[in-house]
Amino acid sequence: MTSIPELPAAKPNVAWRQIGRPLERTDARGKAVGTTRYAGDYTMPNMLHVKVLRSTMASAKLRRLDVTKARALPGVACVLTAAELPDRLAPTDIPGQTGREREKTDQQILVRERVRYFGEPLALIAAETKDIAEQAMALVEAELEPLAGVFDPIEALKPGAPVVQGEGNVVAAQKIRKGDIAKGFAEADLVIENTFRTQFIEHAFLEPEVGLAWVDESGVVNIRVSTQVIEHFRYVADALGVPHNRVRIMGALVGGGFGGKEDVTVEIYLALLARATGRPVRLEYSREDSLVGHGKRHPFVMTYRTGVKKDGRITAVEARFIADAGAYVFLSPYVLLYAVVAAPGPYRVDNLFVDAKAVATNNMYTSAFRGFGAAQACIAYEQQMDEAAKALGMDRLELRRRNYLRTGDKISTGVPIRSAVWSDRCAEQAWAALGEPTKVSGPVRIGRGLAAYQQSYGRITWLHDTSEGWVGVEVDGTVIVRSGVTDIGAGQASALAQIVAEVLGVTLEDVVVYNSDSAVTPLAGTTTATRALYMTGNAIKLAAEAVRGRLVARAAKELGVEPGEVDMASSRVFVADHPEKSLSFADLVKLAAAEGIHRSELAMFRAPFSDKIDPETGQGQVHPDYAFGAHAIEVAVDTETGEITVLKSVGAHDVGQAINPAAVEGQIEGGAVQGQGYALSEEMIYREGRLMTPSFSEYLIPTAMDVPPVKSIILESRSGLGPFGAKGIGEPALTPVAPAIANAVADAIGVRIPDLPITPEKVVNALRGRASKPGHSAGR
Amino acid sequence: MSREKIIVLEVNGRRHLKAFPAHRTLLEALRELGFFDVKCGCEKGDCGACAVLVDGEAVDSCLTLAWTVEGRAITTAAGLGTAENPHPLQDAYAKLGAVQCGYCTPGLIIASESLLRATSAPDDDDIRLALSGNLCRCTGYTKVFEAVKEVARGRAIGGRK
Repeated sequence: MTSIPELPAAKPNVAWRQIGRPLERTDARGKAVGTTRYAGDYTMPNMLHVKVLRSTMASAKLRRLDVTKARALPGVACVLTAAELPDRLAPTDIPGQTGREREKTDQQILVRERVRYFGEPLALIAAETKDIAEQAMALVEAELEPLAGVFDPIEALKPGAPVVQGEGNVVAAQKIRKGDIAKGFAEADLVIENTFRTQFIEHAFLEPEVGLAWVDESGVVNIRVSTQVIEHFRYVADALGVPHNRVRIMGALVGGGFGGKEDVTVEIYLALLARATGRPVRLEYSREDSLVGHGKRHPFVMTYRTGVKKDGRITAVEARFIADAGAYVFLSPYVLLYAVVAAPGPYRVDNLFVDAKAVATNNMYTSAFRGFGAAQACIAYEQQMDEAAKALGMDRLELRRRNYLRTGDKISTGVPIRSAVWSDRCAEQAWAALGEPTKVSGPVRIGRGLAAYQQSYGRITWLHDTSEGWVGVEVDGTVIVRSGVTDIGAGQASALAQIVAEVLGVTLEDVVVYNSDSAVTPLAGTTTATRALYMTGNAIKLAAEAVRGRLVARAAKELGVEPGEVDMASSRVFVADHPEKSLSFADLVKLAAAEGIHRSELAMFRAPFSDKIDPETGQGQVHPDYAFGAHAIEVAVDTETGEITVLKSVGAHDVGQAINPAAVEGQIEGGAVQGQGYALSEEMIYREGRLMTPSFSEYLIPTAMDVPPVKSIILESRSGLGPFGAKGIGEPALTPVAPAIANAVADAIGVRIPDLPITPEKVVNALRGRASKPGHSAGR
Repeated sequence: MSREKIIVLEVNGRRHLKAFPAHRTLLEALRELGFFDVKCGCEKGDCGACAVLVDGEAVDSCLTLAWTVEGRAITTAAGLGTAENPHPLQDAYAKLGAVQCGYCTPGLIIASESLLRATSAPDDDDIRLALSGNLCRCTGYTKVFEAVKEVARGRAIGGRK
């Protein structure tokens, strides 16, 4: 294994041949013709079918759990309860390639005594058929004694509130103290104060959680599973009490993730049952299991005070966040940190005060979701910017222009931005692309809104993230990539093929990527945090460049020139200034193979590493770098019915360098529509912790009827830390959309509705000057 | 256990004989027969991932009992074309980037084909309506609309590419 390899001076490609082209993704055709196998499409002979029995209460004591009748049902192979499990916990801290000691976030695998959320698993049932497993569920006798619960984070902070777990309900706190907040507000001509609320949001990936596990002849537990993180083999091993090298996780092409398959899903249940039964076991969540059974996006209550001068300059920001962590910690501390870092947005704020708490309740636990706290903060700071512009009587884009960060400015945590900050260009281009306002009549009003953002790409720097990748050339001139990266639908594997094709001067068709198998592909880290292209792309590029360097050196000898004069393209190796002096890539590889020249490379890419931030001031490095951009929206609002129609939706993002512009557009378009659902229609409603929206007929994600065609504007500063200067687009695509829509609605009706989702009922009530009935979610 | 009956399902032009109980949905039956391109997303008719053509018309196979479609022509997305010889919709979806995670794609292609069989020159509203029963969480539908329009245009000028 090497780190950054020493390369012979190979001439870099001046004009890229593969990078920046909207190529058909390598995975697209198989998916379109229906030959792609997802994790749920694998079966094995003699396989058992698994169901998970869940709690029907959100806060209770498990008095009795009698599974005798279920076990006696013919066809039931195994029923596991906490009584049969080793006294072990499931780790829930941040996964992946980090040796960092994890926080104390572990949770029970099955309920032993105390139920803390609706749907918490009580028992696992494995049977010969799914039908029998379902029948056995009905035979389990579970006696639950209701206990007082707490369902609102603000209530949970009060003295005497029921404690969900441990000492108190604050599971994480973060703060920033930068500059002099009192001085900043003293200098302000105007102080704008507002409170914004966001709701529980569901990932709604189309492929529910699914996996298949078996124990092989070496005693290794093999798990084929739909996941963003194959490195969970470690947490599964810890939960079983076996060494880490005794669990293997294989992914498959994933049917959507968005953060919802970042935590462990079915892996531990499958591993326990495979070991208990000695047979292959398969578990596929129903949609209701999925909606009930995985963590949601954190609802936030965000109170902002923003001080501005008459000329628009921000003098101070004070932000207070309360996030609902639900019943278990999971990634709440990190989500909260992202929100805090993003609190001022892409603006220079020298005097900044942020206090944030994540608070336990008996609601569903909350964890990773595309945007990861920074999206919630954007919903508040961008509405706050529009309110400030309104109060100052200033153009909304102009107010932003006067405050945008510039390269070299210090962000919220006191470290300077090193890459390009093209917020202004992105905002201007997105806004201009809205064109002429749509003409309407009658009770319909048109409104426009914009939101800019700052979103990290890459993981928290003190996790010391790494990614390994392998590139090798076969003797016939074809290329193999091995990378642990999971492909969750954004084309992560295809992007690697495109990078390698660029470096080795071959085509996409010449490259095959083997990915996401913890036993045979080098561990690349998680597909989370907008890090897959940045980290894995860099690792694979390093590996490909090392192979290229050795091949170029051999070609130079053959062609009688210096290595610096050799170039590779179109599967040929040639003298750059005399392309007629050449040999085929395949012939060169044969030459190299015959002489024992090493035709493969395992490379590691390391992200920048920092110490933890100062907990009292929040100052220090948190992320490797940040992406910037903006989204613009035009809506039509019917002032009689409250109906909101999104007419135009334009995302403009500096992605550094688009590896595949079609794939980048796909991210922007998908993010725009997810963000639209976040703003207007989606809400996981919990009543006393019980989920009231357990299907897609109650939890409403946008359909083809609800959305306009999305326009994508890709800007390329080539200033990012990723391969070829790339930044990232996975999370940024979503982050500014909901606040842009909120701003457009406020522009249309002249009243701001500070609580998402902005439903027709809220619009009508706001226009009649009435408060909307509090939502079903706790404490609203 | 409910009674089982041996039925004949004609899928993608071939007949399959198998015993199913009365409550077995077409989705479950097709997957038992190995048609893995028919995806299970909700089992409630909310998402459209399991859509197949029954006598040329898109239906949610999760809402259809296997016994009720005996003898009718069932077509799954994989029955429309192959990687080497794709159906124009499959080709357009792949080329234009209308495929991301791909889990909803077979159902969307079935819904698109059902539309194009019924309507030779669909307008934007026709396309939206025809695809409104198929949820997609990745693409935002933009490139899906483009793919369907491209194929519709191709058919309108009389050529199958």
